[in-house]
Amino acid sequence: MKTGASPASATEQFRLPSAMRAAIIDQAMREAPRECCGIIAGRDGVPMRLYETRNVAAGNRFYEIDPAQLIDLEFRELPEQETEIVAIYHSHPESPAYPSATDVELAFWPDAVFLICSLADRDRPEIHGFRIRDGAIDEVTLSP
Amino acid sequence: MQNDTGITVLIPTPLRRFTGGDAKVIVAGSSVGEVLDALDATHPGIGERLRDDSGQLRRFVNVFVNGQNIRDGEGVDTRLSAGDEVGIIPAMAGGTSV
Repeated sequence: MKTGASPASATEQFRLPSAMRAAIIDQAMREAPRECCGIIAGRDGVPMRLYETRNVAAGNRFYEIDPAQLIDLEFRELPEQETEIVAIYHSHPESPAYPSATDVELAFWPDAVFLICSLADRDRPEIHGFRIRDGAIDEVTLSP
Repeated sequence: MQNDTGITVLIPTPLRRFTGGDAKVIVAGSSVGEVLDALDATHPGIGERLRDDSGQLRRFVNVFVNGQNIRDGEGVDTRLSAGDEVGIIPAMAGGTSV
């Protein structure tokens, strides 16, 4: 993977299949007012399977993927499927689809695309994608 | 190399840059703390990602021994035997307010 400077215009693309987009919105609606969360596994950055996960954080304004579920995915399920985590998603039930300061502070998985589903307008849920690395946020263009 | 006190440590993707890409490392140690010390000795830099200055596990790092979260037990003092498996997993977490 090239790590040098790249043109600002070279926006990264991430393919989010419509079925996965619909699944994330459905889960966000079901779990509101709590934040929902999950991961997408794939190969070479290409999504293959979505895993809903449990949010073990207290309250309605935080999420933390159940670490027991995450460790099983990272070290058993995904290696068995020969996949890896390509994206992490969570919902913002009442705020925009943009990383919060807490999201940036706790971004410990820089190789994954961060997907945020906003239900701020319940009639028009939105999902946006980001790279969060070393405190910097770069939007990723999502395509179906 | 597996030996009488060999403990397998499972390294999560974001920390594999410290292990040359290896997903598993075998080190010696009779407690989680000793194993993390040994891991940092052979892979410098990984230790500070896992523990704070007082040696306690960072809030957003979880360690499992044979599938059990050490926060529910003895923490870094959890005793280990040869063949035990220690899994390290950074949190996936965030929120809409600080």
